[in-house]
Amino acid sequence: MNQNLLYILAFMAILVAAGYVYNRKSVLAQARSGAVQNGRGSMAHWHSQANYHGYFTAWITGLVTFAIFIGGVFIGGSGLPFLLAWLGVIILSGLATILIVNRKITPQFRARNYVERFIKLSLILLSVIAVLTTFGIIMSLLFESLRFFDKVPVLDFLFGLQWSPQTALRADQAGQSGAFGAVPIFAGTFLIMLVAMVIAGPIGLMIAIYLSEYASKSVRKIVKPLIEILAGIPTVVYGFFALLTVGPTIRNFAEGFGFSVPTQSALAAGVVMGVMIIPLISSLSDDVINAVPQTIRDGSYALGATKSETMKQVVFAGALPGIIGAFLLAISRAIGETMIVVMAAGRAANLTGNPFEAVTTVTVQIVALLTGDQEFDSPKTLAAFALGLVLFVITLILNVIALTVVRKYRERYD
Amino acid sequence: MESKSIHNSEFAHKRLKKRYGKERRFRMWGVAAICFALASLGWLLFSLVGTGFTAFQQNFMSIEVTLEQSIIDPQNTNDRETLRGANYRRIIQNTMYNQFPDVTERKAKQELFALVSASGATNQIRQMVYNDPSLIGKTIRVTVPTSDQVDQLLKGYIKRDVPESRRKISDQQIAWIDDLKSRKIIKKKFNTILFTNPDSRDPELAGIASAVIGSVMIVLIAFLLALPIGVGSALYLDEFAPKNKFTDLIEININNLAAVPSIVFGLLGLAVFINFIGFQRSIPLVGGMVLALRAFPTIVIATRASLRSVSPAMVDGALSLGASHTQAVFHQKLPLAGPGILTGSIIAMAQVLGETAPLLMIGMVAFVTEIPNSISDPATALPVQIFLWSDSAERAWSERTAAAIIILLVILVMMNGVAIWLRNRLEKRR
Repeated sequence: MNQNLLYILAFMAILVAAGYVYNRKSVLAQARSGAVQNGRGSMAHWHSQANYHGYFTAWITGLVTFAIFIGGVFIGGSGLPFLLAWLGVIILSGLATILIVNRKITPQFRARNYVERFIKLSLILLSVIAVLTTFGIIMSLLFESLRFFDKVPVLDFLFGLQWSPQTALRADQAGQSGAFGAVPIFAGTFLIMLVAMVIAGPIGLMIAIYLSEYASKSVRKIVKPLIEILAGIPTVVYGFFALLTVGPTIRNFAEGFGFSVPTQSALAAGVVMGVMIIPLISSLSDDVINAVPQTIRDGSYALGATKSETMKQVVFAGALPGIIGAFLLAISRAIGETMIVVMAAGRAANLTGNPFEAVTTVTVQIVALLTGDQEFDSPKTLAAFALGLVLFVITLILNVIALTVVRKYRERYD
Repeated sequence: MESKSIHNSEFAHKRLKKRYGKERRFRMWGVAAICFALASLGWLLFSLVGTGFTAFQQNFMSIEVTLEQSIIDPQNTNDRETLRGANYRRIIQNTMYNQFPDVTERKAKQELFALVSASGATNQIRQMVYNDPSLIGKTIRVTVPTSDQVDQLLKGYIKRDVPESRRKISDQQIAWIDDLKSRKIIKKKFNTILFTNPDSRDPELAGIASAVIGSVMIVLIAFLLALPIGVGSALYLDEFAPKNKFTDLIEININNLAAVPSIVFGLLGLAVFINFIGFQRSIPLVGGMVLALRAFPTIVIATRASLRSVSPAMVDGALSLGASHTQAVFHQKLPLAGPGILTGSIIAMAQVLGETAPLLMIGMVAFVTEIPNSISDPATALPVQIFLWSDSAERAWSERTAAAIIILLVILVMMNGVAIWLRNRLEKRR
């Protein structure tokens, strides 16, 4: 069936192309004979170029045949006779469309205007996909979450202290056992985010300050792309790095002091995530620091302040909203990051504030609940969508605040 | 007598010194922050290359195999099914025993057979006989991978000086290996298996071929979908859209979508494409569609930036010659913005190539041992393959994981390099 659909689509493409070629040629021929009669330049008294008549034909042909194609899909017959009839109707109506449009071709026909209207319409349709995507995300998360909250009360989910969804494996257990209290997961997410921001916040900010205020042009030109490499490395690579190198290093280091730390710990995941976020903070902060007008710095220097004093007391104050925006975006990134924590943070829910222990996060649980085989209706899989909804709402709020703050800030100096 | 002003007093000098000290320290913190970031990058690359480079070579065994008629096809039926189901394991066992004829004990024989990659060798011979049944009865020389334990020993990752009970290879086996090595039967060669084989349960037979094909399909689908959506949205927003609530909504949406966690797109794909529309799980088509949605906001942002960088004089010139607005945009502005759009799209595709989490959601974590033929065959992707391999703690696996990462990073560097090269080249033409 799939193959046959492809053949039909190929025939439609040929019809569309034929429509373009045939009517374009026909316009050119008419124009030439017209030019011989009245002795003027061939296309001079035509409203639209021959191309546009061709495009117009192609578009109408495509529309007509596609409508019939969709109709056939909806009727959904099978077997050779149906396919042949379907194809026949498509070909005949396509050819008829080409000929009817051909009859309409006159020098006065405003083909270009129609074509341009079509183009605009299709651009609108393409940009609506963005809205549809967001709509699809919200609807799918909401819909599945509501089904989850039918089985598990919202308040139990948001404020429960026990998370052990794995016990609800068998169908007859569904709903009655398996604890879905998400507080340990939120706590773990927050802990790892905190570790990451403790690393990335000061370091990213200092890098931005150094590169924008102190570094010479040549140093900046080398260092900035090198740091941005960190942003281009896939997160699964960071995850493996945390698992292979950073986790064992932290464990061995702690063993040297007589502590026992698991290889998968909040610290290992958080530190590596921090390294990943550094370029995000540094490049955004760099932008906002550079946007502070030089005159403000010059005023401070004129009063005798050193560069660092100017930075800390004048420029920083001016750039603060933008820097806060950068931090919020970084936090949103840290909360939504998946692969590093899946590989390096652990899976068991653990309500603790100790970064040396293994904790789990929202994204880890989503992956844990949805990989592997299970039926789609169990609260276990639906819980993943509820977690996804929480994740989406939190990151959405952070992003919107951050984007508004940054935009307001830009307007201040523009 | 010089008068001591407040700027010249002992206290003032001290204060100034302190302030300059602070200035130096502040600057030093900046340098330290940069050093930390660069050191992290260096450490990451160093540890990956250090772990992974040995996987590009592997130990192979070059052995003479006698394809005995009595074992493969005793009735001489020449039937395809018989040829496929024959006991090739037996043949390999005999070959291995022939290397050391004085080994007779059962357990020792097992240990001897364990030196070769059992499934690798049997599959290879089965394929040869199946393709050319006239080989039966002859003796041929084949090169088969050694088992991963032998490989790890010869690469020095299994230490010879630890007590026998604490390593997976016995002293007897080490003696055999050294003997085979000195007879040039075991040789280290470039590891083509890593590039040509699909995934496998045996590390010595595992390769990234199916993952690479899957990734190529996903990236192509994502590119074909995301480029028109991204460029179309950008053109509409920048050139045609009236300023109203609806276009504001589109704009906010696109900016926000660029910052939505990628795993959420995976949930969208699972709920809409798989559960609602009914596509199959773990196929590249769905992966490509999900990642196209993930990637197109990046392309919109890049396209809008490069549309704005086109000099208005070009458009004004076209308009003054009588072109319509649409003509000016499509014939002048878009081609001039082309290099920027292309660069942005390639960078977006590099992101798509490294994306893992959404693919996990739509079930692309399946254990795929066949190379996918079409976009609706179950497949996996290179980063997902890395994730799957990273789960096994054995040295043979982490070596291959790191090697796959090196390959992924090399591809990413090449994509970014091409993007930069294209931009420089196309911009010079102007």
